[in-house]
Amino acid sequence: MNENNPVVSIQGATKVFNEGGTDRVQAVKDVELEVYPGEFVTLIGPSGCGKSTLLRLIGDLITPTSGGVKVNGKHSKQARIDRDYGMVFQDATLYDWRTVNKNVQLPLEVMGYSHDDREKRAAKMLRLVQLEEFANHYPWQLSGGMQQRVAIARALAFEPAILLMDEPFGALDEMTRERMQLELLNIWGQTSTTVIFVTHSIPEAVFLSSRVVVMSARPGRIHAIIDIDLPRPRGFETREDPRFFERLTEVRECLRAGESGKSHVEGYK
Amino acid sequence: MTATETTFNFPHSILSAHRQRFRRLLPAIGLLLLGLLAWEAVVIIFRIEGFLLPKPSVIGATFQDQFLVVLPAGLFTMREAVGGFAIGSVLGIGIALATARWTLISEGVMPFAIAVNSTPIIALAPIMNNWFGITNPFSKMSIVALIVFFPIMINTVRGLRQVDPDALELLRSYATNERTVLLKLRIPNALPYLFSALKIGSTLSVIGAIVSEYFGGTREALGVYISQQAALFHFAEAWSAIMVACFMGITFYLLVLIVERLVMPWHFALRAAEE
Amino acid sequence: MSNMLQSNQNAMASGQMIVRRLRPVFAFLTIVIVLIAVWEGYKALGAATGNKVPFTGFELPIRSDDTSMPHVWDIFQALFRPARRGGEDVLLIILTKSALFTWREAALGFVVGSVIGFALGVAFVHSTLLEQGFMPYVVASQTVPLLAIAPMIVIWGSRLNWPTWGSVSIISAYLTFFPVTINTLRGLRSPDPTAVELMRSYAATKWEVLWKLRVPAALPYIVTALKVSATASVIGAIVGELPSGVAEGLGRALLTFMYYYVSGPEKLFASILFAALLGILFVSLIVQIERRVIPATRRLDE
Repeated sequence: MNENNPVVSIQGATKVFNEGGTDRVQAVKDVELEVYPGEFVTLIGPSGCGKSTLLRLIGDLITPTSGGVKVNGKHSKQARIDRDYGMVFQDATLYDWRTVNKNVQLPLEVMGYSHDDREKRAAKMLRLVQLEEFANHYPWQLSGGMQQRVAIARALAFEPAILLMDEPFGALDEMTRERMQLELLNIWGQTSTTVIFVTHSIPEAVFLSSRVVVMSARPGRIHAIIDIDLPRPRGFETREDPRFFERLTEVRECLRAGESGKSHVEGYK
Repeated sequence: MTATETTFNFPHSILSAHRQRFRRLLPAIGLLLLGLLAWEAVVIIFRIEGFLLPKPSVIGATFQDQFLVVLPAGLFTMREAVGGFAIGSVLGIGIALATARWTLISEGVMPFAIAVNSTPIIALAPIMNNWFGITNPFSKMSIVALIVFFPIMINTVRGLRQVDPDALELLRSYATNERTVLLKLRIPNALPYLFSALKIGSTLSVIGAIVSEYFGGTREALGVYISQQAALFHFAEAWSAIMVACFMGITFYLLVLIVERLVMPWHFALRAAEE
Repeated sequence: MSNMLQSNQNAMASGQMIVRRLRPVFAFLTIVIVLIAVWEGYKALGAATGNKVPFTGFELPIRSDDTSMPHVWDIFQALFRPARRGGEDVLLIILTKSALFTWREAALGFVVGSVIGFALGVAFVHSTLLEQGFMPYVVASQTVPLLAIAPMIVIWGSRLNWPTWGSVSIISAYLTFFPVTINTLRGLRSPDPTAVELMRSYAATKWEVLWKLRVPAALPYIVTALKVSATASVIGAIVGELPSGVAEGLGRALLTFMYYYVSGPEKLFASILFAALLGILFVSLIVQIERRVIPATRRLDE
């Protein structure tokens, strides 16, 4: 679908936790996946399917038991050292002792940007997520949705090649969630970042993605990859488009098939 | 901002915040006055002898009388307490920082520190008197230092280690080194833990200094004054000294509280919002 | 075959478990050994250089002679010699008796103090007026030096025909109640507002909310406080003994052996070790109770 070189290329990645112990878990098995520049790829699946593990493998926060992850042609560890990743978690994970502005500047401080540069970039990012008037507030003074926007601003502040998002809107209410999805697409459109996004919400996956990767559990595997060819820019009307519902159904049935497929491998370790 | 998203702001008017705080203090002030009156009344009505329970009015008069003896004694003891507190906290923080760097060492040291922390350290006072000299203030400082050292070290190690795993992962995704993790995450995270130990330590250090003076000390010391007067059943004098001791302990505590507010404004406001 | 493999793996896993469990014990022993080595090394250094810091003229901060720092071995040996010339009992027996005597005072003070501390916590959680009125004094009470109030309490106790050790228990209780009050209050307030609302929806009385929700939620907090209180009660008992003139107990032993320090410094060191042991054993007793009563996931500060 894309003639460019992949940004992320996962080759036969397998991750086993507690190898040799009685509590051995095969979280991810033989995963092959390529993600291309500017794509928005969502990982979806039942809990325990290893989608978060896969995201952490890409980000080199854990190392695969076998197989490998290449990012921009480099080993994932090198990519982390080159600061190619921006991470957003389910909890905003803002530091209590820093103001919103200082939270956004955290990666910039760590990466040795000059003071002026930091201020400029943080201001730009806060404008992007529409929080410039809250720059000097502390995180706990903001609502959950606003905190998550700060986390996104922080992740984008150093213009990473890839944005890794682990159920970032999972703790938000439905209304806020839909608005945040729209804002995320907006930001994504403006920054040309590649996004890899973990969720367990089918409508969220369909609404956001260019491709949805459906995973099945025990062991975590890729069950199917579904192209979402809905037109962009997407908006509130997208959710009412009949094609949106077609894709929803497709993903849902695929998830169910992955679920029932599990029964064949039950007892197999 | 959109109307559905609420924000929590600091109290608008500083004045109203002060008034609120004053209103909170009212029951305590009322109780103090009531308690003093009741105390005075009970002593008069039941004709309790002065050596059993002196009247507050007598203690007040004795305090005025003994002011020039009790105050310098208090300052002398306060110096021991503050000196010991400073030594103990610097060592406690230093060793916590040093051991937190190596998980293995801190895992080994912690059970030992917790065990020592559950011993009556004050029992070492006679040894310190022998080592450093009864009249040398350092013999008291060393006891105070030991008393505050362990809680401070234990709490700091806990604070340095009990960081949010997500916050740690975030920094790792920036490919940071351990030093940055320490500076940007572990140390700010440990500050509330540290200050709760410092607050406990502030009052403990005054008490520790006074009690260790019981095992011997110069006549200028408050602990020596208290134990001598109490042994002679001069309880009004002893109580004047107790008042000085309480005043010093509370003042020291409040000082640490002020420093805490200056160092961690975020934490203070956060707690206020949670209440 | 696969069964064997399984049991082998289990054995390996439990072996790892034992190693993990024993690691703190090893670390503990290592530290004790290192400390003994430092102690004896310091003495040897002092003996070699004539109490000077090596290569300088400065005196060592602590004299290294046997009076200031007896050999570890001598302290140990002193336990098995009569404490007084011509006395019957060896030091070990005397110190064990003293420790048990002090522990009785501490244990009574611990129980009384914990009950009072708990009651105050319950009262404060139900009445803001009580809390605002009394809390400052609960905090201030811990800045009062015990030594000063001990003689008074002993006199009051004697008027009420209490044994002196009972008065010492009161002093011990005075130190014990504070951590329990603070943590009880914190623990009683720890349940989610929704959990309280749930009880309300059952039309539960305040009493039921207290015993079915707040107290169970507060238990881990209370037990944590009890660990602090156990030490505090021992400190209270030892310090309370000092000015109150009880003839037995570790506080008395400390004073006695302090007076006769020059003739037998090991005895003072041995009594300090016993005071330390008493504190550690009392706290470990509470830890054992905590392990039985509080499930691992609900324990605090671990």
